[in-house]
Amino acid sequence: MKITEKEVRYVADLANLSLTEEEVRRYCADLDEILAYAEKLNEIDTSRVEPMAQVLHQMEEGATLRADQVNPSCSSEIALASAPQSGAGQFKVPKVVER
Amino acid sequence: MDLKTLTIDGVRQGLLARRFSAGELTREALRFAEQENQKYGSFLRFCPERALAAAARVDGQVARGETLGALAGVPVAVKDVIVTRGVTTTCASRLLENYVPPYDATAVLRLEQEGGVILGKTNCDEFAMGSSTENSAFHAVRNPAAPDRVPGGSSGGSAAAVAAGQAVVALGSDTGGSIRQPASFCGVVGILPTYGRVSRYGLVAFASSLDHIGPFGRTVKDAATLLGVIAGRDPADSTSAAVATPDYASQLDGKAAGFRLGVPREYFGPGLDAEVGLRLQRGLDLFRRLGCEIRDVSLPHTDYAIASYYILCTAEASSNLARYDGVRYTTRSSRGETLVDMYRHTRGEGFGAEVKRRIILGTYVLSAGYYDAYYLKAQRVRTLIARDFTDAFAQVDAILTPVSPFPAFRLGEKTADPLEMYLSDIYTITGSLAGICGVSVPCGATSTGLPVGMQILANHFEEARMLRLAHAFEAAGGFR
Repeated sequence: MKITEKEVRYVADLANLSLTEEEVRRYCADLDEILAYAEKLNEIDTSRVEPMAQVLHQMEEGATLRADQVNPSCSSEIALASAPQSGAGQFKVPKVVER
Repeated sequence: MDLKTLTIDGVRQGLLARRFSAGELTREALRFAEQENQKYGSFLRFCPERALAAAARVDGQVARGETLGALAGVPVAVKDVIVTRGVTTTCASRLLENYVPPYDATAVLRLEQEGGVILGKTNCDEFAMGSSTENSAFHAVRNPAAPDRVPGGSSGGSAAAVAAGQAVVALGSDTGGSIRQPASFCGVVGILPTYGRVSRYGLVAFASSLDHIGPFGRTVKDAATLLGVIAGRDPADSTSAAVATPDYASQLDGKAAGFRLGVPREYFGPGLDAEVGLRLQRGLDLFRRLGCEIRDVSLPHTDYAIASYYILCTAEASSNLARYDGVRYTTRSSRGETLVDMYRHTRGEGFGAEVKRRIILGTYVLSAGYYDAYYLKAQRVRTLIARDFTDAFAQVDAILTPVSPFPAFRLGEKTADPLEMYLSDIYTITGSLAGICGVSVPCGATSTGLPVGMQILANHFEEARMLRLAHAFEAAGGFR
């Protein structure tokens, strides 16, 4: 076994994802299969290979930077338009701290 | 006019000869697309108001005798992972069911500036995660070439819309093959541009080091024209490259003689469907007849691409999808007394099965104790895969491969085993990891009439050469 149900619950917790017991069992089996397959990466020696995080292009330094000037951005009214709950110009959320 | 064979040039000629107005074309295109949607489900929604407003602008230009844009009056479909101001954009997810974006993606703005008419938003796998469009939270898409089969994915709706004549061209997104594979399944042309060629501003992020926006068309020229419109540096996307955009469409001269084309032996081994292999061999013969030199090349790390890709893309996805929290623009679960509980229920109830699977896998490979073993390892292997291509492109001008190991499969046929579905992405994933460009061009059909695609891969920013080859192949018959 590459992964246990306990680990699936722990990881789901890190990802703020509630799972049913049935989902825990199913994802545990799926991930076990996928991680076992991923083992094949260990067949290659990569000790002298740099990791590739991004496809980078040759550009002049600073080419992606714009002038530091204030541009218009969207109003709070627009930003709040798709919120499930808002009020007084703010996003509303359930309580964050216990009284 | 026949909407199933209409091209960008055909629209332009019709407008200039006053055979139809952009408004008339748009109304007819909307009527036809909505009618055909009952059969194929390619679209999730239409935006007639926006379409008719765009058409009216074009008709004004025609009336005033002004120069028309490159896409004047052309009916376009846009994948629902690309944001459209004022038009609901769901990523085929329940979580974003009610999301109305306050801005347009750069690709959307650019195509409308050139007179393109967006008819609506197309169906796809939820957050572009899948290879069959069966992961849409709303409904499946049927392949216009064989309606009991999938259109491929994740951009299955865009590919099907173009194949069915519901649009002349479409925008899709490609992270590991999501444009090329559905193009091959539906018998249309689909382009993966070089990483950095097209701005991703407004593309809902899945895996940022791999995500691309790219075009579909029924002809190489139409897809090339749309690419030319959306390409180019955009200050809103720091990964977009400051590289000049050639006029792709004008360089399509039907000539391919003298090119050296590599055929990687790793792509024609076990696992490739015999009928697909046969069509590909005939495709290689056609390139020989066109005067190309076909050479054997090797991409030795191909076998490690799937494992590397699925570690990297799920890791990036787990991070990108952290933003869906039930606070700002998603639906919210009614359960959960505290903020954290609300997050958990919102995400648990809102995401579909495949998205949750990938978030868990991605969180796992990034978690303490596993980061080096999986994530960093996969990034190192990615370097080796990219190097394979660098070495190959020192010997050849382009590389020819299959797009998918098999043609379109039946709805429901491969949903039970996620790993099996992942393995089917093998021929497209390598190019995605390397950040190079690729195109799927029709290469005949199987004995039962299922379309087969050939993939042409070229080095970074060599789309012009790649598209010339694709066009010469198409012009010479291409077995369509």
